Amino acid sequence: MKKTITYLFIINLLLHTAVQSYSSNPKEFISELVNDAISQLSNNNLNKEQKASYIKKIALENVDINALGLYTLGELRKSADKADIAKYQKSFEKYFIKSLTSRLSEYSKTKFQILGEDKKSSNYTIINSKIVPDEDNQEIKIDWRVFTKNPDKPLIRDLIVEGLSLARTQKEEFASILSSNNNDIKVLIAKLEEFVNK
Amino acid sequence: MSYSKNINLYIKVFLIITLLATNIKAAEECFEDTSRAVFKFNMALDNMVMEPIAKGYNKLPSPIKKGTSNFTSNLGNLLSIPNNILQGNFKQLGHSIGSFAINTTVGIFGLLNPAEKIGLKPNKEDVGQTLGSYGIGTGCYFVLPILGPTTARDSIGLIADTFLDPFAHVTIRENEILGTSGNSLDYYSVRGTEVINFRAKNDTNFTSLKNNSIDLYSSIKSIYLQDRENKIKNSDKDADDDDWDILENKK
Repeated sequence: MKKTITYLFIINLLLHTAVQSYSSNPKEFISELVNDAISQLSNNNLNKEQKASYIKKIALENVDINALGLYTLGELRKSADKADIAKYQKSFEKYFIKSLTSRLSEYSKTKFQILGEDKKSSNYTIINSKIVPDEDNQEIKIDWRVFTKNPDKPLIRDLIVEGLSLARTQKEEFASILSSNNNDIKVLIAKLEEFVNK
Repeated sequence: MSYSKNINLYIKVFLIITLLATNIKAAEECFEDTSRAVFKFNMALDNMVMEPIAKGYNKLPSPIKKGTSNFTSNLGNLLSIPNNILQGNFKQLGHSIGSFAINTTVGIFGLLNPAEKIGLKPNKEDVGQTLGSYGIGTGCYFVLPILGPTTARDSIGLIADTFLDPFAHVTIRENEILGTSGNSLDYYSVRGTEVINFRAKNDTNFTSLKNNSIDLYSSIKSIYLQDRENKIKNSDKDADDDDWDILENKK
């Protein structure tokens, strides 16, 4: 009996902590992911830490943070030392999660709607959507760059908010830091770590 | 040499420098150190003046905010009319004229926006966009005190706007058009309200950007340049960046 209870407890625990898997169809993937996020972030029974932990989990599973890190590094990714790139990738991941947690917590009370999709290539599909924050604010158009190289596991690579690419903004921000510091990747890593620890 | 002659000379020198600089690539800076100092000044001004005003404005009842936004936006359409003609964009010209006419009359001097309900959605057009649509490059980037980010091309456009904008003619230059006239105070009050309205609408986004940027100056520069690029193309889609494909091929 004791064994059965332990077994059931473990099964229950696994079910609740299991990876939330979303559809492999890019449009449904974004719709399910965002609606799930809105529902979790507006859940008053979850505290700040639980919400942050949820954001971290969905980001690690559904955003191609590795590719985003390389993209934002720009040309330097071709010439920088591999060990430095690996360190940068670790710092970038922490930076990205912290930044995303801060941004998402401000957009929890929203309504979300998919508007369409544009298959750019076998690697990329752009999903067009809009969010309506609340009665006071205007709707915001968001396009999602979904990486579809593995058709079973689409991954988000960029968000284009009202035509403004977050990845491109990030890339240009990093490029400015690098150009003012002799393209020293270590300075960029230090700045990312400083942001994470503040 | 009198003070006004000096000013005229400075403006001419500035225009020549900026015109010569229009073949410089967008990302290049005219004078980055000065721009960063001006940006710092603008941010301090924003913290002390604009942010508190924006937060107060956001507490106003929704219909007041909506009416204010509609009113300034309707007057903004006046500048789009000549620019749509110069760009040969006659579909948008119809939207601008139709929207202004309907909102000014049926919409009670632009406080309401019935034009939108019948499908009229004019894009905002200015001289900077018109020059961009002619293929004139952005020129270098710099930051103006109070007015914020700009480029060589857009700063020329900013000055030219005041000559092309019918609202500027009846206010700053006190000319009479169709029996309507005003003064400089009217012009700057409307422009000031427009700025407050924009700052208030974007308060959350701006705070988020401030909190999450490692180099806010560069983030705002990137956003400004992307936004202008989209406005010239009349598009709300990000331009495809080949770097995503290059990245994929290298992996």
